[in-house]
Amino acid sequence: MPNRVVWVALLAPALALAQSIPSATETRISNLEAAVKSAQSAGDNSWMLVSAALVLMMTGPGLALFYGGLVRRKNVLGTMMHSFILMAIVSVIWAIVGYSLAFGEGLPFIGDLRYLFLNNVGAAPNPDYAATIPQQTFMIYQLMFAIITPALISGAFAERMKFSAMLLFTVLWLFIVYFPLAHMVWGKGGLLNAFSGGRIPCFDFAGGTVVHISSGVSALVCALYLGKRQGYRSEPMKPHNLVLSVIGACLLWVGWFGFNAGSALAASPLATSAFVATHFATAAAVLGWLLVEWLRNGKPSVLGGISGAVAGLVAITPASGFVQPFPAMLIGFIAGIVCFFMVTTIKSKFGYDDTLDAFGVHGAGGTVGAILTGVFATMAVNEGLKDSAGKTLPLGLIDGQPGQVLNQVIGVAISWGLAIVGTLVILKICDVLVGVRVSSDQEMEGLDVSMHGEEGYNFEA
Amino acid sequence: MKKIEAIIQPHKLEDVKEALKGIGIDGMTISEVRGHGRQKGHKEVYRGMEYQVDLLPKVKLEMVVADERSAEVIQTVVRSARTGKIGDGKVFVYDVAEAIRIRNDDRGDGAL
Repeated sequence: MPNRVVWVALLAPALALAQSIPSATETRISNLEAAVKSAQSAGDNSWMLVSAALVLMMTGPGLALFYGGLVRRKNVLGTMMHSFILMAIVSVIWAIVGYSLAFGEGLPFIGDLRYLFLNNVGAAPNPDYAATIPQQTFMIYQLMFAIITPALISGAFAERMKFSAMLLFTVLWLFIVYFPLAHMVWGKGGLLNAFSGGRIPCFDFAGGTVVHISSGVSALVCALYLGKRQGYRSEPMKPHNLVLSVIGACLLWVGWFGFNAGSALAASPLATSAFVATHFATAAAVLGWLLVEWLRNGKPSVLGGISGAVAGLVAITPASGFVQPFPAMLIGFIAGIVCFFMVTTIKSKFGYDDTLDAFGVHGAGGTVGAILTGVFATMAVNEGLKDSAGKTLPLGLIDGQPGQVLNQVIGVAISWGLAIVGTLVILKICDVLVGVRVSSDQEMEGLDVSMHGEEGYNFEA
Repeated sequence: MKKIEAIIQPHKLEDVKEALKGIGIDGMTISEVRGHGRQKGHKEVYRGMEYQVDLLPKVKLEMVVADERSAEVIQTVVRSARTGKIGDGKVFVYDVAEAIRIRNDDRGDGAL
């Protein structure tokens, strides 16, 4: 009896210990898992916040300088304002309802109002889009795209659109063109979203359709609707300061790493791949543009070089997260050449006054890039497309999927259609409500003085 | 008093200034101007838009000197601004009715 007591007395702590061992291990493992998750989130979140800032920098000062340098001296501030004001106005609309309409799960064509006033958009990730970063990060990152897209259009109506009409146009354009298109391509359940059950699966990594085709094609409609600037092709309309434009273009190039590599939504190998593709495509596009220009005009121009860079950046945008470095270079090179002919031969043949070639570069470059994405997209780069069993699926023509090229063409056609019809309707509304074009006197005086009451360069100051 | 107005190639400005300083002329007013005489311009192309640029950048020097110094000044300017090529510019000489120093109301040669 005393023996049994001793045994029990000896065993009791041992048993207790045996029970506590697994629970201690479990706790440590779960702590470790939480730490790993938090480390990944910290890495991804820091890259995405930097990317968001980089994309904002594309609009201001990037695009503001690029466009500002290309106009005449009397319109430099008005043109920069077209970019700058959007950093304010689009942001407010985005917070109120824009984010929800673009990314709330709603219909295949437009989101719902679940994120109205940023309701439930906080620190918790939204696994539908990016499982490792706060949804607020995703929201602010996507906002920067909504800011630059309408800013790109301003290249077509520069030097002659009323400021009030420009504001009204932009707000309506976001609702009628941008939010629906962003939802269709990137939103959960969107019509064209290849990765979220879209009926017409299109690949658009960073916005070839949503950003560049939509803005570029809308730009052409604006140029045609507003008509030519006074004295177009009879008075000199040289860029007033190409130095500003070179600085702007270089800032765009750098900012675009946030735009394309950031679209991986994580600090992942895919982000690296998109970064690399973006850079090589841009380099090749510069060379493509300059080569043709040198052969045709006898001189390679700096404006040609920076225009080629933007053309390459535009064209690689939809492809950046799907293609390898050399196909990326080819896409850039082709875009550089195509866009050169768009802004020279084609524009002068048809005679439209696309002031800063928003259509010739963004519309044409975006279309070339979107279609070539269907050719060169490969699962060797992007393993995101999987069947129900979790097997990685082939992507583009070079993966043996020629049908993808057709999907891309359909996606392009829908974007063109929406941009043309939407923009035409919006311009009509703006024309009736406030009138879209400045008066002849105001145009002669320049938008800086007539719209804003100030000048970019003050002699007496 | 004579006013000497010289329109010269911008890159010759330093040479002309040095030469004038060498003969004791310190005061002058210069401005960046554009113009052309017999010199032909050049072609500029911006995204396929061609411009024939005839008005080229020049520098205009203006100085007023006492009558007896004008020949020497003119000769100095002409010699130092010359490259021998078309586009070297021109010198114009005017009679000046009066010169006034704003600071103390000095008049005539004393104001120069």
